[in-house]
Amino acid sequence: MELLDLNIKEVHNGLKNKDFSSAEITKSYLDKIKSNDEKIGAYLSVTEKLALEQAERADKIISSGKSFPLLCGVPCSIKDAILVEGEKCTAGSKILENYVAPYDATVIKKLKENGAVILGKTNLDEFAMGASTENSAFKVTKNSHDLTRVAGGSSGGSAASVAAKEAIYSLGSDTGGSIRLPASFCGVVGLNPTYGAVSRYGLIAMASSLDQIGPITKNIDDAKIVFKAISGKDNMDSTSVEYNFEESNLALKGLKIGVPKEYFKKGINPEVEKLIKNAIQKAKENGAKIEEISLPHTEYAIACYYVIVTSEVSANLARFDGIKYGFSEKSNELLDVYLKTRGHGFGAEVKRRIMLGTYSLSSGYYDAYYKKAEEVRELIRQDFSNAFKKVDLIFSPVAPFPAFKIGEKIDDPLSMYLVDTYTGSVKLAGLPAISLPVGNIGLPAMPAHAGQSGKLPVGLQIIGNYFEENKILNIASFLEKVIQST
Amino acid sequence: MNMITKDEVKHIAKLARLELTEKEIGKMQKDLSSILDYFNLLKKADTKKVKSKLRFIELKKAVRKDEIVKKSSSLANNLIQAAPDKKENYIKVKSIL
Repeated sequence: MELLDLNIKEVHNGLKNKDFSSAEITKSYLDKIKSNDEKIGAYLSVTEKLALEQAERADKIISSGKSFPLLCGVPCSIKDAILVEGEKCTAGSKILENYVAPYDATVIKKLKENGAVILGKTNLDEFAMGASTENSAFKVTKNSHDLTRVAGGSSGGSAASVAAKEAIYSLGSDTGGSIRLPASFCGVVGLNPTYGAVSRYGLIAMASSLDQIGPITKNIDDAKIVFKAISGKDNMDSTSVEYNFEESNLALKGLKIGVPKEYFKKGINPEVEKLIKNAIQKAKENGAKIEEISLPHTEYAIACYYVIVTSEVSANLARFDGIKYGFSEKSNELLDVYLKTRGHGFGAEVKRRIMLGTYSLSSGYYDAYYKKAEEVRELIRQDFSNAFKKVDLIFSPVAPFPAFKIGEKIDDPLSMYLVDTYTGSVKLAGLPAISLPVGNIGLPAMPAHAGQSGKLPVGLQIIGNYFEENKILNIASFLEKVIQST
Repeated sequence: MNMITKDEVKHIAKLARLELTEKEIGKMQKDLSSILDYFNLLKKADTKKVKSKLRFIELKKAVRKDEIVKKSSSLANNLIQAAPDKKENYIKVKSIL
């Protein structure tokens, strides 16, 4: 039995049957991180002491003979934008390089109550702004399937840690695609929950009307377990709602699946299109009814999304002033402290977004940009609500292409923004969606060798109606089995 | 493409409290111009019929009483410790007068 290949339930059973202890599996993961992560760059910090303490505590609970939660003793990684008390939380930014989290995020509190073991904090684009982790102030996370390619972003470290067997599961956050995109690029499962399903208390905010925390896992069953553990109402996040996740027993037979015609228009890689259409075909063969649908305002989604995101970014990041947190440039004048701290502490993409947002919200431009974008957002929301009158779920690609080369898009911010084409509009509507691996694109020029698979994974996006994560997960689980068996 | 001017970039940077180098100003001028140009796509969207604002989450239950909630003194201490300049249990700020 290879410990690092086990999923959550298998680890749980192994712990229950005393096949191994939490300390043993935790040490296996810590060893794997030590030997492998220099190559991948998934972690910004490894919380070894915390992990071993948590493992020891979990082993005590397990050996007491009582029943214990599924996540008890199971090692995970956490995106470095989510606070774990007493540990550094950098958000991938120089401005928070030495910031130590003063409390636990609600999701961390919940994981700890479940007996989780936290291995470390994973890399991300600075303040989660990006689609490749290349915007991290510290390092670029590499794709374990091809080390010359990005892991996707912004939760690239989280997805890479799961794909490279450096964690069983991870928590990421999704604002415009930041869970689904890296999951798709790395060949793992990533769930972006409905806006309000999971508390964001203790998540360093990027765009508050969009940010959501969600699981990145090896399979659908694991995503279900982690989502169940972290979702629900929290008094510390007023957007969170009561949510009792219940399994759905929806069948593919008779299920209506919508396929948006606008998502297959131009710019989609033909091999990605083929794999997605193949997955749709599999659903059809198993009794689902496939309907072409229209989301007529799709072409505005990215412009709308980036006006709103940058506006919210410019407001949210005003708090980094050199007074309350870590990095601060000394000066005699207060204004200079602000200017220099922010000018030297933030990276290029963060500054660009703050500038764009400040511009969009500034006097004389507000109506043309922010107000207009909010109106277009409503149209996009209506597109989806009309679609869900006709269909149960929507299938689409997660991204128009597989993982791209490191450096390919970094000098062209607009081309990086367009990566979010299929994931951003879902967020504008506040809907839940998952990335499910449905196949790989072979790289003939790159034969498989040590640590690299020689192929690039492609994810299918399954979008559901509000708070219907159970339907998404149920159908995804069915498809996962169908696809794995072929 | 409409280029925004260097002076506009400097004005926005001042509003945003960001010190930018000359090199950054030049790059920002180019990047902002092309991205804002792309944002202008929104003008094409017909939003005349849009009345309601975003309402996909029930917000009415989100109000709470404005009251003092007891938290541990260690949390207060942790929060103060994060500040770069402090004295006893206070965060030090430059005088503004």
